[in-house]
Amino acid sequence: MTARRVALQAPTWRADVVIVAAAIAVLAYLTLFPLAILVLGAFSSGGSVFDFQFTTRWFARVLTDQASFELLANSLAYAGGSAVVAFAMGTAIAWAVERSDVPLRNLWYGIALVPLIVPGIIHTIAWLFLLSPEIGWINAPLKGAFGFSLSAYTIPGMIWIEGLHSAPLAFVLMSAAFRTMDPSLEEAAAASRADPWKTLRRVTLPLLLPTAASVVLILFVRTLESFEVPAIIGLPGRVFVYTSRIYLALKQYPPNYGLMAAYASVLLAISVLGLLLHRRVTRHAERFATITGKAYRPRRVELGRFRFLALAGLAVYGLLAVALPFVVLLYSSLIRVYTLPSVENFRELTLKNYSFILEDDLTRAAIVNSLKLALVSATVVVAITSVVAWITIRTRTPGRGLLDFLAFVPIAIPGIVLGVSLVWLYSTIQIGIYGTIWILIIAYVTRYLPYGIRSMSGGLAQIHKELEEASTAAGARWWPTFRRVTIPLLRPALLAAWIYVFIVSLRELSAGILLYSTQSVVLAIRIFDMRETGQYTAIAALSVMMIVVLVALVAVLQRLGGRTVQAT
Amino acid sequence: MLEVERLRKTYTTDRGGVHAVEDVSFTVEDGRFYTLLGPSGCGKTTTLRCLAGLERPEGGVIRLDGRVLSGERRFVPTYSRDIGMVFQSYAIWPHMSVFQNVAFPLEVSQDRPSKEEIARLVKEALALVGLEGLDRRPAPQLSGGQQQRLALARALVRKPRLLLLDEPLSNLDAKLRQRMRIELRELQRRLGITTVYVTHDQAEALFLSHRVAVMQSGRIVQEGRPRELYASPASPFVADFVGDATFVPGEVVDGGVRALGGVVRCALSEALVPGAKALLVLRPERLLVHAGATGGPNEFAGTLRVAAFLGDHLDCVVEIGDTVMRARAHPAAELRRDQKVWVELPPDHCLAIPDDGWRPRALTRTFEQDTE
Repeated sequence: MTARRVALQAPTWRADVVIVAAAIAVLAYLTLFPLAILVLGAFSSGGSVFDFQFTTRWFARVLTDQASFELLANSLAYAGGSAVVAFAMGTAIAWAVERSDVPLRNLWYGIALVPLIVPGIIHTIAWLFLLSPEIGWINAPLKGAFGFSLSAYTIPGMIWIEGLHSAPLAFVLMSAAFRTMDPSLEEAAAASRADPWKTLRRVTLPLLLPTAASVVLILFVRTLESFEVPAIIGLPGRVFVYTSRIYLALKQYPPNYGLMAAYASVLLAISVLGLLLHRRVTRHAERFATITGKAYRPRRVELGRFRFLALAGLAVYGLLAVALPFVVLLYSSLIRVYTLPSVENFRELTLKNYSFILEDDLTRAAIVNSLKLALVSATVVVAITSVVAWITIRTRTPGRGLLDFLAFVPIAIPGIVLGVSLVWLYSTIQIGIYGTIWILIIAYVTRYLPYGIRSMSGGLAQIHKELEEASTAAGARWWPTFRRVTIPLLRPALLAAWIYVFIVSLRELSAGILLYSTQSVVLAIRIFDMRETGQYTAIAALSVMMIVVLVALVAVLQRLGGRTVQAT
Repeated sequence: MLEVERLRKTYTTDRGGVHAVEDVSFTVEDGRFYTLLGPSGCGKTTTLRCLAGLERPEGGVIRLDGRVLSGERRFVPTYSRDIGMVFQSYAIWPHMSVFQNVAFPLEVSQDRPSKEEIARLVKEALALVGLEGLDRRPAPQLSGGQQQRLALARALVRKPRLLLLDEPLSNLDAKLRQRMRIELRELQRRLGITTVYVTHDQAEALFLSHRVAVMQSGRIVQEGRPRELYASPASPFVADFVGDATFVPGEVVDGGVRALGGVVRCALSEALVPGAKALLVLRPERLLVHAGATGGPNEFAGTLRVAAFLGDHLDCVVEIGDTVMRARAHPAAELRRDQKVWVELPPDHCLAIPDDGWRPRALTRTFEQDTE
């Protein structure tokens, strides 16, 4: 009785088919078309999209040459290592906060979420300040005392930095899993005379296994797609992974599109494979049907004398993930030339870097561009996905399944791969958007469609269909119903999606790195560029300002929205 | 007057189940309370949704006061039908106040009344359902029963020709359900509004309705006044669904049925001739359990297996041969489990109907294992 769909509001049968066909055309153009062009490009030795000359040379090189094995090995080690590090940290914190009686739980909850807001590029640069072999805050004393240092420019260094940055995502997903697990399942084990250890081993862990597997896979795919650490740390350290290799292929002269497309295709294939695996795992998880949407009152484990050990662990995490990176950035932003902290430095603190940033034309342009992009992308994504979600959830129009699928495709497209396809596409088809902010808007909108559709579908599915039917039965036509009943009820989902896309747009780097020009620089790219010219103190100032603004923004918007902005 | 002729509708749910309405025809006279009664999946809600225009029938005609709503190549959309509807979930809009919920149907209507008129009509509708004074309250702050009344006020505020109710009481707790059905009955009788009601609760159907249609697998299997359905069910399915019944198969003899190791004197439905297979319909509330034989007609000896005190009577399960039946005893009767008892089957309240092979799911298992 509950799962019925009705095409009741559509004015006539033909009109809604036309609307769906148009929506399919738009989404296919945004998502599938660039991918098709990309794969074709990887098989062509021609100079443009129109000049197709079949070759397998690029794939042969990508798949057989010695450096390629190293590339694959590096990518897998980096992504796998980071996923495990992030999962271990995130799960430990989630367990402590959700299921133990560790003190100050709300504080740790907030601290665990803060790094979600900090852009990856800022996190990476902060850790460069900490782990640089010679002048890093951590390394300098190590070297002085023990004569060795922990270099960031290695695979373990990259794993650590990226893992620390992804831990909040693992925390969010795992704490949700802990919270929605029915405690009576564990109580039943206890009532069957299982001791806490046996309960953990025989009931809790097996129940969490599918969720854990899915979280690790998500982390793996996201790390594989990440660009910040591979570019900023991997390139100088000569540790190459797919994303940084693609970037290099474009930067060399002349840029080799075929090779770049072939690398991008391989990365895309691995990412798709990971997500397919994720789908299998989560489908299996549904059969368990123990982790429901319901929030339960959690059963907390009393830690006893381990309470302060846990507290210390959380404090160390807070120090490494939040406090140290921010302090090092703040310090660097207040000195003239970067050196290790010293008494003289503290005497000569200056605001020069801030005034430099605020007067720098390129940075000011980047701020304006970033805001424009974020506003437009968020609005367009929400507009498209609210209509698409309504069609797929509420109607029986043919083609709605395809529509839903198309809106979800970009989840599998790494940002840099999307960048490659769009470069290849619009440098050939000259419609005047190449090198402008419009190509970035296309990239961002495409990239964030899945987040929009997920929020909208989720929101719409929670609105009982009878609420809309009651409006029709009360005599309201399609538009009054949509305007007066659907939209107001959907408002939290709309707002959440808008805020989320707005914030992630402000920090986006990988989708834009291949697409920007001097007139379309955005914030993350500006930081990336300043790094190449060694303006580290200016970067620090810009980073501090971005962090402060983003944290304030999230705080204000959260209060406005009354709903947690969840990043995934 | 509402006329439904040969209504047909098939569709698949998302979970793959097929629901169907086949050849459903009925007529509701003006001012009558008409109920579609049946188990889940029988097509009753689909029929109601076709009346509302929320489903598009594949065949058949629906007419309200002679005007075609659906069929004959026409389909009047829901928003243009002169109906009020109460949904199973109430569908109270949570982002509106009580007043706004009730005012909505007036505000969106083609000939929108003046502001003062809307205020007056809303007040009237709220008073009708006993919610006066709550108009400023945000709708989600109402209790379940109040939300139910609000849904009713919203459905009635336009003074529609036809009121449609989809299991409106099923989400209330038992006590409240009883009270609401009294109120609903009084309100409908007072307003004289033509009403179609859908429920799976036979007591509700009997209590509220002028006429009831029992549905099974997308068809109406019997239609009539509540009394008729109870006293002369046309099939075992109806007998089982309307009221409680124990079924005993037997062979028709002159004036009764050979069963329970003897002949049970009973009324015979018209189709039955001596020698035919028949099913005895025994209503537990009509069967009396005695500790000793009274010598009356239709008295059968058996073993008492359960006797539970329910206030005004003892609810009993008695085994006669291999038949297990429910029956009642006087609340003061001194009865012991496993003792010998006599069950009186008053001939006036026993009915035999043709046996079409349908059986309810087993009520009790045998008690042999239990005594160990």
